[in-house]
Amino acid sequence: MNATVKHSLMFAFVGLLIILDGTTSYGIFSGTWNSALGILNMGLVSAIMALGVNLQWGFAGLFNIGIMGFTALGGLAVVLVTSAPTPGAWSEGGIGIIMALVLGAMTVVAAVMITKKMPPGKQRMLILGAVLIGGFFAYRAIFDPAVSGLEAINPALLGSLGGLGLPVLLAWPAGGLLAAGAAWLIGKTALGLRSDYLAIATLGIAEIIIAVMKNEDWLSRGVKNVVGLPRPMRKEIVLQEDPGFLETAASLGLDPVLASTLYVKITYSLLFTAVLLALLWMSQMGLKSPWGRMMRAIRDNEVAAEAMGKDVTRRHLQIFVLGSAICGIAGAMMTTLDGQLTPGTYNPLRFTFLIWVMVVVGGSGNNFGAVLGGILIWFFWIKVEPMGAGLMNFVTSGLADDSALKSHLLDSTAHMRLFTMGLILLLVLRFSPRGLIPEK
Amino acid sequence: MDLLNAIVALTNYVMIPAIAYGSQLALGALGVTLIYGVLRFSNFAHGDSMAFGTMVTILVTWWMQSMGINLGPLPTALLALPFGILATMGLLLFTDRVVYKFYREQKAKPVIFVMVSLGVMFMMNGLVRFIIGPGDQRFSDGERFIISARDFKAMTGLREGLAFKTSQSITVITAVVVVIALFWFLNRTRTGKSMRAYSDNEDLALLSGINPERVVMYTWMIVAGLATIAGVLYGLDKSFKPFTYFQLLLPIFASAIVGGLGNPLGAIAGGFIIAFSEVSITYAWKKVLGYMMPENLQPDSLVQLLSTDYKFAVSFGILLIVLLFKPTGLFKGQSV
Amino acid sequence: MSEPFLIGDSMTGGYGKGPDILHDCTIAVNRGEIAVIVGPNGAGKSTAMKAVFGMLNVRGGSVRLDGEDITALSPQDRVVKGMGFVPQNQNIFTSMTVEENLEMGAFIRTDDIRETMEQIYHLFPILKDKRHQAAGELSGGQRQQVAVGRALMTQPKVLMLDEPTAGVSPIVMDELFDRIIEVARTGIPILMVEQNARQALEIADKGYVLVQGRNAFTGTGKELLADPEVRKSFLGG
Repeated sequence: MNATVKHSLMFAFVGLLIILDGTTSYGIFSGTWNSALGILNMGLVSAIMALGVNLQWGFAGLFNIGIMGFTALGGLAVVLVTSAPTPGAWSEGGIGIIMALVLGAMTVVAAVMITKKMPPGKQRMLILGAVLIGGFFAYRAIFDPAVSGLEAINPALLGSLGGLGLPVLLAWPAGGLLAAGAAWLIGKTALGLRSDYLAIATLGIAEIIIAVMKNEDWLSRGVKNVVGLPRPMRKEIVLQEDPGFLETAASLGLDPVLASTLYVKITYSLLFTAVLLALLWMSQMGLKSPWGRMMRAIRDNEVAAEAMGKDVTRRHLQIFVLGSAICGIAGAMMTTLDGQLTPGTYNPLRFTFLIWVMVVVGGSGNNFGAVLGGILIWFFWIKVEPMGAGLMNFVTSGLADDSALKSHLLDSTAHMRLFTMGLILLLVLRFSPRGLIPEK
Repeated sequence: MDLLNAIVALTNYVMIPAIAYGSQLALGALGVTLIYGVLRFSNFAHGDSMAFGTMVTILVTWWMQSMGINLGPLPTALLALPFGILATMGLLLFTDRVVYKFYREQKAKPVIFVMVSLGVMFMMNGLVRFIIGPGDQRFSDGERFIISARDFKAMTGLREGLAFKTSQSITVITAVVVVIALFWFLNRTRTGKSMRAYSDNEDLALLSGINPERVVMYTWMIVAGLATIAGVLYGLDKSFKPFTYFQLLLPIFASAIVGGLGNPLGAIAGGFIIAFSEVSITYAWKKVLGYMMPENLQPDSLVQLLSTDYKFAVSFGILLIVLLFKPTGLFKGQSV
Repeated sequence: MSEPFLIGDSMTGGYGKGPDILHDCTIAVNRGEIAVIVGPNGAGKSTAMKAVFGMLNVRGGSVRLDGEDITALSPQDRVVKGMGFVPQNQNIFTSMTVEENLEMGAFIRTDDIRETMEQIYHLFPILKDKRHQAAGELSGGQRQQVAVGRALMTQPKVLMLDEPTAGVSPIVMDELFDRIIEVARTGIPILMVEQNARQALEIADKGYVLVQGRNAFTGTGKELLADPEVRKSFLGG
């Protein structure tokens, strides 16, 4: 059996899993198309994230464990781009906040300039310290009143800067840009050092991005969440009142409520598939281009590539920013799909390490592998819980119903997920490090 | 009098908590730095090793409490600690045997080790949550305070109280004892010196007849001890929650890198640098300044540089500065 | 002529599964003598020594120590058998003190090592003065003395030095050669690879000139120094 057939069969298998989930309720399958399409949609988003990580790891050997942060920035972009502008936000503090942020940025730029231009010594330290401390207090002096002014606007519903009220599809590239900016900052610092340092730095920035989103209410309403974000298609309720839609649904023999939810989900599936295919195509083109070959040459032998005059750190920065931007786009798509931004739910285990499992299982260095791994692992991530519950029921079937151990074991099945994902990662790394679809 | 009040407030809210937290970070960073020195990778499962050791200690503590065993004014957890250490040693040696050893024999790149340690972290995390659940657990008992704020006020007549928690004094004393024992071991014993030699120059250590597998085994055992002690002290001082222990990775790594990865002395210094920065940057200085400044200059804002929600940003900021200007750390670390 | 104390006899082999670097190459050292391997760059000098020490695959020929075939032993086992080896680079523990370096050299010994350490301090008096200093802080020549001292701590029956004078100044080089002669006078046979062919052959009892992994010339140090062919090709006239 040649490789292409084998790999096509793998994709067919994943498709079959989704179809089974929609059609039969036997075992782990749910038997509803709503659930099946839900898995597919998040699977597609995961596949895009995996594609971004694969760009960094598979092509360049960069170890990014801050995917969660870039994803969250994408989500933030959705809020900032699409949500309706808060009335009075700009006059009550918005301008002050922007001014404060600009001032803060200028302070940092000034500090960098001083470090670069002045000769090292006591004088430089003193001036640098004065600029940083003075800048910080000036920043706080403008920032704090502006924030309290802004957050005072109808805090139960608004209390944040709001957005630009632009169409939601524009938010996706904006999410990519935001993530790219953060990635540039990290890459500039940590690339060119030991590989572990990038890992630690990305882990850190992700935590901080989440902390900012949780606490800066003026920006993202923090843990109060932003709900009711606009969608790229009509809402279910609107559809259910549209006579044309009802007629079509009736002609297909579908209940109007079910038909409307399926309509929304299928539209998402199509949109996401289009984005995925576009990014996949670009990644493939990139991989085959001289640029992609150079990247892999650098990955395989940095010293040799450097000796041939390649600026390794610069190339790494390039691909790191690109990969993170893709994660940002995926994050924006995910927030759009959810229709809300809930900073409290971002968890590194789910948003960073799960993506890594996808890339490793799919086959690092192979774009198709990343896509396959993304959808497949997402399917299992959803299904590990019913599987674990089934297993636990089986294991504990011998125990008395009122046994404390039994109830503890049954209650803890949710944590089986982490354990299982870790196990899968280790097993694949050990026994099949090239993954399901190996790099060519 | 006001100056005294200011000093007491500073000690109470900044110095004591930072010293206790710094000791906990230092012990954690020592574990990370030892693994880095000997096995040459950043062990991302360290936070979860700490969580595992603490969990076992908590379970044994609960059992002891139910049996009526206690240490009087001291927390029972101290009695349960050796069991936690032994269990963690067992777990770490087991993971080394079934996971890391394979890659060592393959001479895999460090980044592969890091990735593998992520998988281990995942599994340990799942294991801990599976056994004890994801929630908050408090397990300290015995006397809560050596000096409570009220007693202190009564004793001195000052307006400011000074509280000194039992857990804080235990943390500091234990940390000092552990660090002295560790340095004695590394600098005075044959096995300790062989660990340093292996960390310094692997090939030459092999030529000198040092058995790498023994060195690795001892390293994991010591790291298990350090991780469990750090975890239990942190849990006694604050509380135990698996996710918090995972998050401790960031300040711990920052401490180890600031001090210079692979350098034990640096890990200790780094731990205190991070702890003091974190506590003093997130502390609201209003009270202290209020005592020190003349009436009309007293600040009306909290004078808090960053809200406590951003304490990780402090470790991260320091980390970035060190990476930018001195990637080998303040003390000489092993490599860039 | 009796069997030399240590001999790599007709060795053929290379690193791992790579191509052969050595071709039927023979290197030997007799009791109480200094043997030197010289030759142009890339001639396989260090490789030949590493082959004797078991650091590469010897596919043909054998290595014998005191009549015993040790071809199959690992480098670590050869240390136990009494071979001391000083690598060319990274041959000390830089973060440890001089004394600790010596202690680590004696790691495999279980008996009292103080006497050996005194002997080494006697041979290299400067090390005694700097015994509590980190070895990485010493000068190049002093580091080499630490490296040789470390290898001597096992009380080896034969000492192998891979370019001990690489990267040190001519004055230091002369001093190092003096020390090496002193070590040899204590009765330990020495096998050494040297860049500085002339000085090395002057102190050598036996010299091996290697070219492309093969023995080109073999003789006593004096013979080789006198050989017009050797002088022309390798000693610069």
